[in-house]
Amino acid sequence: MSKIITSKWSRRGVLKAGAVTGAAISAPMFFTRNAFAAEFLNDPGSAANVTFGFNVPQTGAYADEGGDELRAYQLAVKHINGEGDGGMMNTMKPISLSGSGVLGKKVTYVTGDTQTKSDAARASAKRMIEKDGVTMVTGGSSSGVAIAVQSLCQEAGVIFMAGLTHSNDTTGKDKRRNGFRHFFNAYMSGAALGPVLEKNYGNERNAYHLTADYTWGWTQEASMIASTENIGWKTAATVKTPVGAGDFSQFITPVLNSGADTLILNHYGKDMINSLTQAVQFGLRDKQVNGKDFTIVVPLYSRLMAQGAGDNVKGIFGSTNWHWSLPDAGSQAFVKSFGAEYGFPPSQAAHTCYVQALLYADACERAGTFMPSEVIKQLEGYKFDGMGNGPTEYRAEDHQCFKDVLVVKGKENPSSQFDVLEVVEVTPRAQVEYKPDHEMFAGGDLGPANNGV
Amino acid sequence: MDAIFLQVLNGLDKGGAYALIALGLTLVFGTLGVVNFAHGALFMLGAFCAVSVQSILTISQKVRDESITFFEAYKEIPYLEIWWGETGSIIIDYAVPISIVVAIPVMLLIGLAMERGLIRHFYKRTHAEQILVTFGLAIVVQEIIKANFGANPIPVPAPDIVSGSANIGTWLGMSDTIVYPWWRLIYFVFSLTVIAAVFAFLQLTTFGMVVRAGMRNREMVGLLGIDIQRKFTIVFGLGAVVAGVAGAMYTPMLPPDYHMGMDFLVLSFVVVVVGGMGSLGGAVAAGFLLGLLQSFAAMNEIKSLIPGIDQIIIYLVAVIIILVRPRGLFGREGVMED
Repeated sequence: MSKIITSKWSRRGVLKAGAVTGAAISAPMFFTRNAFAAEFLNDPGSAANVTFGFNVPQTGAYADEGGDELRAYQLAVKHINGEGDGGMMNTMKPISLSGSGVLGKKVTYVTGDTQTKSDAARASAKRMIEKDGVTMVTGGSSSGVAIAVQSLCQEAGVIFMAGLTHSNDTTGKDKRRNGFRHFFNAYMSGAALGPVLEKNYGNERNAYHLTADYTWGWTQEASMIASTENIGWKTAATVKTPVGAGDFSQFITPVLNSGADTLILNHYGKDMINSLTQAVQFGLRDKQVNGKDFTIVVPLYSRLMAQGAGDNVKGIFGSTNWHWSLPDAGSQAFVKSFGAEYGFPPSQAAHTCYVQALLYADACERAGTFMPSEVIKQLEGYKFDGMGNGPTEYRAEDHQCFKDVLVVKGKENPSSQFDVLEVVEVTPRAQVEYKPDHEMFAGGDLGPANNGV
Repeated sequence: MDAIFLQVLNGLDKGGAYALIALGLTLVFGTLGVVNFAHGALFMLGAFCAVSVQSILTISQKVRDESITFFEAYKEIPYLEIWWGETGSIIIDYAVPISIVVAIPVMLLIGLAMERGLIRHFYKRTHAEQILVTFGLAIVVQEIIKANFGANPIPVPAPDIVSGSANIGTWLGMSDTIVYPWWRLIYFVFSLTVIAAVFAFLQLTTFGMVVRAGMRNREMVGLLGIDIQRKFTIVFGLGAVVAGVAGAMYTPMLPPDYHMGMDFLVLSFVVVVVGGMGSLGGAVAAGFLLGLLQSFAAMNEIKSLIPGIDQIIIYLVAVIIILVRPRGLFGREGVMED
């Protein structure tokens, strides 16, 4: 007996379903823009505003930098929302932002104090994510803090745009898919400084390192040792000092009789101001050792630190991510905008934070969503220009920005209170670039993107 | 040998600071029986006397800075320099010594106000309650300073003439590598002078004799018709002055911020505990002892044997003292031993 096979699908039904599917696939992006709704943490949905979290040190050893970071973020929000003169939005290339917020939403922000402590920074970021509903956390002026907050943002499922963090580990062994760093790193400082130190001080130096005892200090010290030993220098001693030690005299007195003729201060912020001031008070710069003038090197400089240390920085070499005196259109636009707003030029911390805020906003605009996984796709491998550092690339393999590095020196005859550093060399990107699996950066894994749901 | 000599100098200069801070603290405990956790705040207030004096001396006229072309920038020229030229610059340069003179009456008033306004209400309370209220007071004071001066350290340089270093090695016929900052040497001499002045005041004056008698047996002194409480109030003010001038003098070595009092509070308590609660001689001896130990522990030869010892040495000594001799090195029998 034959059996009649029937189907619940009629010919008419198949045609209807096919038409609907075809229409959906071929629909323009604006129909699907909200298709990501409720598929990621802190989706602003149809709200009129989107909130960013600015997590900066307002107290502690790096409070100077934190204050400047916050000013820069507030300026960035103004520019993104179409207020003020637009700053770097006039020079950034390519750019999708139009000065009307992000994806039609006005940008608002919440702030937090990292206190330059990892636990306080994580607590502050957690509050921003859980209570304030931020889509992105940014800021910080310590690599210990950056690594801790980056890890938290990865676990929570929001984007972290690092502020001032210079440890190799941030985009090395502790890198995360949801985290991005625009600032340069300790390896790059060493690679840029090595040839300049060789040119100015020769190949026969004996260096003594005083190093901040946390992730940044360790990688900065390792990078400087590799770089200086590569040009023939010897390493007399490496001494770790606690962050925020204040009085460094007990660490400086052993330098006097160590046989070293060079002191490398792997310190930053308030610590660098104190250690450099005290090293000068102890007469190190007036000494002659091994027939050479004793010299001091500060691998990571900032204009704020140099101002705090006053005359003590004169003639001392270091490296920096950016400097307000750069003549390119992007830098000038930012300095003009920042100076008009606050009455003084921005620091490198302010610059990197301003750029990070704009880069995130622009990536969201291009992605058509605030969903982290889509924003990440826009930032990975992204090439841009007009932001003060020349052509720059967010390398997809480790989320580290690659660009030129500045070697600077404390200015002998400053013309103003801000004119304390002079750029002695712009080190090209090729000289400071390294492979993603370089030994100083090995061991980490970006892992998958996390949307928090 | 040179390295050891340098560490001795460093230890003495650190010890001078520790002894000065601990002296006022132990003086207040010995007389009033109050565990004053706001003592670090008094040290910090002294430092901010120096900041305030510097700010007042450098009140400036804003002048357009023509060297900045990107935006409208201004530079500040102090009125003292505009009015008096070189003389004005010299006065500004001597802000720290001037601030010492200012800090003495200011800190005395603050000390008296603190004792009359708050501390005296807690004389008969437990030490735990005294600690809570004085710690709370310290937090209030530091938040007031933070609100007015900001969170960042404020540099207060030493006078130019003593901002360099002294070639001690050459003076003593030793290696010319032995140099030491002038201001640290001055601080050491200053601390010895203040300590000597406090001891002379307590040992050589009638007021001091009464205070010492009151420290031994306050009831007996009261029965003799002496208002010992009034004298102890003045002693509290004296403790505040010692802490304040110590703070003001410390500013060229460490730019002050609102939190510096808390940093030194812990150190000064360790010094007092090691020296013996209420023992003036103990505070001085323990201050120098711990300063020297900390300095030697920072030598690379020591740290290579025991890594991290420089960070824990003074706390390690405190733990040993509390275990072996709870009343401290020079403490009176029975104190902290019941």
